[in-house]
Amino acid sequence: MLIRVRPQHPIQPSEITPEGVYRDRRRFLAQLGMTAIGLATAGCGKAGDAAKAALPAAASPADQAAAAGADFKLDRKTDMAGKEAPTPYQDVTHYNNYYEFGTGKDEPAQYANTLKTRPWSVAVGGECDAPGQVGIDDLLKLFPLEERVYRHRCVEGWSIVVPWDGFALGPFLARFKPNSRAKYVSFSTLYDAKQMPQAGRVLPWPYREGLRIDEAMHPLAFLSMGLYGRNLPNQNGAPLRLTLPWKYGFKSIKSIVGIEFTEQAPQTTWNLSAPDEYGFYANVNPNVDHPRWSQKTERRLGELFKRPTLLFNGYPEVASLYSGLDLRAFY
Amino acid sequence: MSMTPLRWLKLATWLLCLAPAAQLGWLTYIGHLGPNPVETLEHGTGSRALQILLLTLAMTPLRQLTGRPEPIQLRRTLGLFAYFYMCAHFAMYLVFDLELSLPKLGEDLVKRTWITLGFSCWLFLLPLAITSTDGWQRRLKRRWKSLHRLIYPAALLACFHFVWLVKKDETEPMIYLGILLVLLGWRMPWRNWAKGILGAQTST
Repeated sequence: MLIRVRPQHPIQPSEITPEGVYRDRRRFLAQLGMTAIGLATAGCGKAGDAAKAALPAAASPADQAAAAGADFKLDRKTDMAGKEAPTPYQDVTHYNNYYEFGTGKDEPAQYANTLKTRPWSVAVGGECDAPGQVGIDDLLKLFPLEERVYRHRCVEGWSIVVPWDGFALGPFLARFKPNSRAKYVSFSTLYDAKQMPQAGRVLPWPYREGLRIDEAMHPLAFLSMGLYGRNLPNQNGAPLRLTLPWKYGFKSIKSIVGIEFTEQAPQTTWNLSAPDEYGFYANVNPNVDHPRWSQKTERRLGELFKRPTLLFNGYPEVASLYSGLDLRAFY
Repeated sequence: MSMTPLRWLKLATWLLCLAPAAQLGWLTYIGHLGPNPVETLEHGTGSRALQILLLTLAMTPLRQLTGRPEPIQLRRTLGLFAYFYMCAHFAMYLVFDLELSLPKLGEDLVKRTWITLGFSCWLFLLPLAITSTDGWQRRLKRRWKSLHRLIYPAALLACFHFVWLVKKDETEPMIYLGILLVLLGWRMPWRNWAKGILGAQTST
């Protein structure tokens, strides 16, 4: 298997996009997103109108209340979902997958209250010069917290728009000084049968995920500790999770307890479970179908009809990570 | 018109079969279908169709166990309700998932095994629904019974349609498949086979 790996060091100063360019790109993205929505809805006529009618017009009173009772002081807020209204808080927190608490979409919200998120610490090790253990409350003080509104696309064909609160993953990982052998980063979720009654069924445990180091260092890769200005609810992966908007949702691992820099590609749970259906990369790609279903379209929660799925979920700035990689072979 | 026990039983069957439709209708009206309403409707109608189909297939064993005629007198009503939910399930998929696009339906039928299975099930049961009347039963005479045996492969198709679509946790579809296998197994001529084996042993 030939995989082109970019330099193993954390982001070079020359690689960091100047903020002006970054903001411009964002405006471009916003326009791109709106155009895509316009085309999609224009394309399906009446169906499109109906879909628009079903779109949540703005954050509901409950959402505004949630935001008012904020748990974080946010340094800045960035819309990276083309000005689309975020999916209501109630839907984001009551429809998702977290198999440690059951395989139904409503089960995580029902059963995740058994998860204890304090005390909590994350052990970082492997191929790095400064391994260590960070408690969650110290971790929250490492960087200014920011909010990013990202699209989130599940491999099953549904999607949401979420305001996530946290900080970029790259600078956090860089603190542990990954060495030249650190070509990948592996992440693991807490595995505790007492707190997670359904863990042990269906999938190989603990839940593990992985990224190439350059993917992990990409400015879009985000470590979320909250959503909608509030602490992450248990069912959404409290107290901290990855948010990788250009990849299918299962890559955005929840309730992280371990991070390891590795030289070899790490094992990942869904890939172990069904390698022909779930690859290591799992980039959102409408041109590569799941063996059993199409990935061309998706249903945004709150909408009746499906909308076209965008390559890299509409985040073309990650494309350069995969230049020269056959996205069909490395799905 | 006096209500005979059979009429009461039929009325109860109708109410029982209509209740899930009424519930989904009400939840739609008050907007309580959850974060993914289309999925709730599709899964709701699909699982009712399968449940009532299995109930239909349980009527013959029930008649044989109880020795009473009522299960067979309710069988047609149950079968038609199973088909009613199946049609609703199929219609939701055609409207909300495909936006009534025939090319998309064609692609799904060719590429997605679970759609092929589900569609075949619906197609197998179509002639059964049409010929479910007394008139057709008279006209087809003995062929009616052979035609209506299509329900057996159709029920298998329905179960595998479900098995094929779940992402990983196959518990629920496997329970339905297990029930179906028991119901089909009941119909096997075990006694004749046993006699055949015993007969062969005694003759040698």
